[in-house]
Amino acid sequence: MPSAFLPEEYLPIVIFMMIVIAFGLGTLAAGIIFRPKRPYREKLVPYESGNPPVGEPRYRFSVKFYIIAMLFVIFDVEAVFLYPWAIVFDKIGLFALVEMLLFIAVLVVGYVYAWKKEAFRWD
Amino acid sequence: MMAEGIFIYLAAAIVILSVLVITRSNPVHSMITMLVLFFHIAALYVTLNAEFLAAIQVIVYAGAILVLFLFVVLLLNLKEEMVARRYIGPWPLGVLAALGLLVVIVLSLKSFIPGPSGVFTTEVVRAETNTKVLGQILFTEYLYPFEVVSMILLVAIIGAIVLAKKRLRN
Amino acid sequence: MNFLEAAMQPGSVDFLYNIAIIVIKILVVFGVIMLHVAYATYFERKTIGHMQVRLGPMRVGPHGLLQPIADGIKLFFKEDIIPAQSDKPVFFVAPVISLVAALTSLAVIPFFDGFVIADINVGLLFVLAMSSLGSYGIILAGWSSNSKYSFLGGLRSAAQIISYEIAMGLSLVGVMMLSGSMNLTEIVKAQEHYPLGMFLFPQLIACFVYTISVIAETNRAPFDLPEAESELVAGYFVEYSGMRYGLFFIAEYTAMIIMASIGIVCFLGGWNGPFEIPYVPFAWFFLKLYLLIFVYYWIRATLPRYRYDHLMDLGWKVLIPLALLNIVVTGIVKVLL
Repeated sequence: MPSAFLPEEYLPIVIFMMIVIAFGLGTLAAGIIFRPKRPYREKLVPYESGNPPVGEPRYRFSVKFYIIAMLFVIFDVEAVFLYPWAIVFDKIGLFALVEMLLFIAVLVVGYVYAWKKEAFRWD
Repeated sequence: MMAEGIFIYLAAAIVILSVLVITRSNPVHSMITMLVLFFHIAALYVTLNAEFLAAIQVIVYAGAILVLFLFVVLLLNLKEEMVARRYIGPWPLGVLAALGLLVVIVLSLKSFIPGPSGVFTTEVVRAETNTKVLGQILFTEYLYPFEVVSMILLVAIIGAIVLAKKRLRN
Repeated sequence: MNFLEAAMQPGSVDFLYNIAIIVIKILVVFGVIMLHVAYATYFERKTIGHMQVRLGPMRVGPHGLLQPIADGIKLFFKEDIIPAQSDKPVFFVAPVISLVAALTSLAVIPFFDGFVIADINVGLLFVLAMSSLGSYGIILAGWSSNSKYSFLGGLRSAAQIISYEIAMGLSLVGVMMLSGSMNLTEIVKAQEHYPLGMFLFPQLIACFVYTISVIAETNRAPFDLPEAESELVAGYFVEYSGMRYGLFFIAEYTAMIIMASIGIVCFLGGWNGPFEIPYVPFAWFFLKLYLLIFVYYWIRATLPRYRYDHLMDLGWKVLIPLALLNIVVTGIVKVLL
């Protein structure tokens, strides 16, 4: 009984994904047969403009990247609330506008705070 | 038949992938497994006609939160991480606790009674589309929780900046 | 009636027939887009060449027309170098992730009325979701190569992509408000009553924000910092060679085509044009696509590269407020009218 409601319009997406993955893996695998493979030590050294590599390549990086990533998560969640709101905007009208203005206003406070604390500054 | 088959595949894949995620010693490999796992969960939402939630699952969890995890993992010194002990403490106890929980869940399945079907049956949701139904409920009936969410997000912004700034100063 | 259910009945030909139709559709779209990707590289070299008073590729075939094919064959037979101490499984899987993230979105794009591989209700969100996965391929490629240039390029790129993703998502909210749908076919149909059959004029701010975000999302000049040949010697894929590099290349150009297509569907009226062209229903769509692809190259040939802090400033301090403003203005205008 519940199987009558399987959303079949998603089947092509699954097939498409499988075809793309097969294409990606297939081209890489087919290459193994055709392309030459003559490695030696110097060839496999990571590129550093001709000099021998110095130090660890995976060093610790600036905390700025985390701030950006965290702010991204928060604003992404905000955007997620806007999508269904935009879809039903026509049906709810003015009321929807007011509640979303409130929602955005609260987030703008956070945005201004982040700006004042120079979370967006990169130096 | 078909629906059950798809569900069994997804459920099995989710369980197996979850186990793989926590048993990889390399955190980056865990992340990639988790990405595949999130796709299976999204597919599960699709089979329930909750396509909006499926899209959100990928956008928020796979596209945002997991990226944040990835940034954190890249900060770790993976060489130290990979030789570190994988299980902390007496892990047989953990397995025992998990098994106990499983028994409780299986036993309680019997007393599970489905409630009466509501207004939004699958036919209604399919005709109206998942997003519209969700939006209408969210922005009228659950208006108050929705506005509270903005406060939670505000606290999250302030918290993230305060914590990160503290690190930056040290 | 659900054909999946029917298919499980013994001796059902219906199911296989449906699957075959889907597969043929996919292969046609896949083939056409791959051809476009190949010739987009030729078109790019020619366009930029002529803008710089050069001829561009001329040697292979008449006017260098066979150049992309020669490039493809060359990439395929190149030696595959995997740097020492790289994380091999991740190194292997990163280009495939990029490829899937870029190509799968093709499934929901309506090339002309009634032709779309998967007509889903959340089409626009699907494209946003898939494009948000693009950062994985890049950051994992950068990390697994065990090279400083790759690592820095991957990090920079991931931060850039996530910063502009918010602006891109928010800029499309206005379109959703006007059309009341996230289904791409319905969005195109909703535009028929608007001036020139486009959302371009009512959503001018959104279109501006979208265009800039897309250039940043696809790592194109002037926001091509992750690749920055002159500073990071190609960034996250320095260590990639042969067909692995080729897959990243295909992913990048397909992403350009996808993003341009979404722009066409959301702002430029999709497959509709000022008049109907008989027998070729997809003519307008592709004409608009070629125009937008040309704009990418035009911008690349004209503008110098941005500095990284300016790039982040533009995303967070200009585009996000503009996109929010557009939503508020659209809402107020819709309520008043």
